[in-house]
Amino acid sequence: MPTDTAPGPPSVVVRLARDPKVIVAGGFILVLIVIAIAAPLVAPQDPLEQNLLNATLPPVGFADAQPGFYFGTDGLGRDVLSRVIFGTRISLTVAFVAAGLACLIGSLLGLVAGFFGRLADAMISWLVSVWMAFPPVLLSILLVAVLGAGLHSVIAAIVIIDWTRFCRVVRTETRAQAQMDYVVAARTIGFSRTAILFREILPNVLPVLIALLTLEMGIAVVVEAILSFVGLSVSSDTPTWGGMIAEGRQIVHEAWWVLAVPLAALFATVVAFNQLGDGLARSLDPVLRR
Amino acid sequence: MLFAVVANRIAMALLTLAGVAVVVFVLLRVVPGDPVAMMISPGAGPADIAALKAHYGLDAPLLTQFWIWIKGAVTGDFGTSITLHVYVTEVLASRLPATLELAIAALVVAVILGGGVAIAGTLMRGTIGETIIDGLNSILLAVPDFIWALALVLLFAVAIPVLPLTGRIDPELAEGFATKFYLTESILTGRFAVAGDIASHMIMPTLALALPLAAVIVRLLKQSLKEAMLQDYVLLARIKGFGELRLVLQEALRNAIGPTLALTGVQFTFLVGGTVIVERIFAYPGIGNLAIDAVINRDFPLIQGLVLLFGLIFILINIGVDLTVASLNPRLRHG
Repeated sequence: MPTDTAPGPPSVVVRLARDPKVIVAGGFILVLIVIAIAAPLVAPQDPLEQNLLNATLPPVGFADAQPGFYFGTDGLGRDVLSRVIFGTRISLTVAFVAAGLACLIGSLLGLVAGFFGRLADAMISWLVSVWMAFPPVLLSILLVAVLGAGLHSVIAAIVIIDWTRFCRVVRTETRAQAQMDYVVAARTIGFSRTAILFREILPNVLPVLIALLTLEMGIAVVVEAILSFVGLSVSSDTPTWGGMIAEGRQIVHEAWWVLAVPLAALFATVVAFNQLGDGLARSLDPVLRR
Repeated sequence: MLFAVVANRIAMALLTLAGVAVVVFVLLRVVPGDPVAMMISPGAGPADIAALKAHYGLDAPLLTQFWIWIKGAVTGDFGTSITLHVYVTEVLASRLPATLELAIAALVVAVILGGGVAIAGTLMRGTIGETIIDGLNSILLAVPDFIWALALVLLFAVAIPVLPLTGRIDPELAEGFATKFYLTESILTGRFAVAGDIASHMIMPTLALALPLAAVIVRLLKQSLKEAMLQDYVLLARIKGFGELRLVLQEALRNAIGPTLALTGVQFTFLVGGTVIVERIFAYPGIGNLAIDAVINRDFPLIQGLVLLFGLIFILINIGVDLTVASLNPRLRHG
């Protein structure tokens, strides 16, 4: 791209607004957020209302379908669409809270390891390597078993597992930035190390971090679904995609839609977070921008 | 020196394993659920509980328990499974082959699939074909094994019901095996009907594990291949009159494979970790499925053994990758 000619490179906002990935995927996630907040208004039925006479009704368009139950009903006669709509609440809560906290803790440790070096770096890197030797799914199940099933445990488990992703990337990035001229200059002027870390290095690591955070949200949604699937997430009264998937897996031969609909929602959400992260990385990263 | 690299890696590996051992031990000791209370019959008194705790060594001070466990673990003795009443080592030995066969099959499928598509994409570079591959792959990159597994269930067990949904082998055929490596053994002994049955059980879990890795391979290998195709030695070979396919396979691939190999190794550990949930979905009798049962049943000795086994596998894979990469890169070999 001829970025060195007259009007100069477009601003970050303009670049983001031009990236179809950011627009489509970001738009999808915005819609999801609205659906989660407005779930009681959007859902056609009560997600908890059981009616065994209406059990395993197929989606509209198939034989024996009933109007009002657009994606059919589950084994207890609950409306699948309404349960998926309410399920967005848990999925998005986990996505934002767990990924956000993991990002905060991992980045802080990564900054410290990358900038202060030596002992701090050796200790944090060892901790990361120990963590990486655990299969993540097994560790998350173990943690939730230890902490007791529930939303808080799920979030805590994801944070405890996934801080390493942020730590590794931020550490590498910080080390690279710490070698650069502007950091040397800031040091010569007499900036304190903490000031350099938070005012000089952090803003330059931020683009990578934002893209990684978005990717991580997608991962958190899947981990929550896996824990729900195993039966360790929120209580079975609250609709979750993973819980629905687990139930759908049991009755897949009688009612495939109970599995297919929440799985499609999970798929779309994960892909959206991933594409958004890709787009953000492309638009924000100064290296890729060139 | 390669020897120094190996020695250093092994020392690091032992340090990491020690960390894993401490973490899992501490984690399990803060579990609120009492395994002994869960397994004892309702009429048992405090004396019975105490006796049982003493039997499993759960009444000793924490440090003593840790010392006993570590001492055993070093000699390969992980104690007795509380729920299965069998030595942990025996349970692991009988379940590990199923997981190894699954993970290696998935690795092979991922390399063939990912490599094939990357080469096809390189041959089609600059055309609409490459755009389609890139577009599809960028979506596939986001899809984890968990989603693949369930999508395959919908496809091959419901829409086109041709594959068995659960298990590793038809129970009627699971006889007369000398080892637990059912697939390998049935192929080596020429029992192809049995091998076919095992393979049909393995298709879905294998694909679920292989597809995410294949997507990663496609992206990196295609990029490396495209870069290699612009190099002088490829140009030279092109002038000599080599065909496009031969240029990619003979000239570019050899030089482009390095980064992909290293990444595939790292990703293979994720694949092995993925067996936990994928085996669960297909009721496949490996160590991953076992691990979830062990956690749900609070089977301390079994969990500890399983986690250490997974840690050991991860570390061995990493060492293997480092050595392969080092032996392929002449600069590192003498470094």
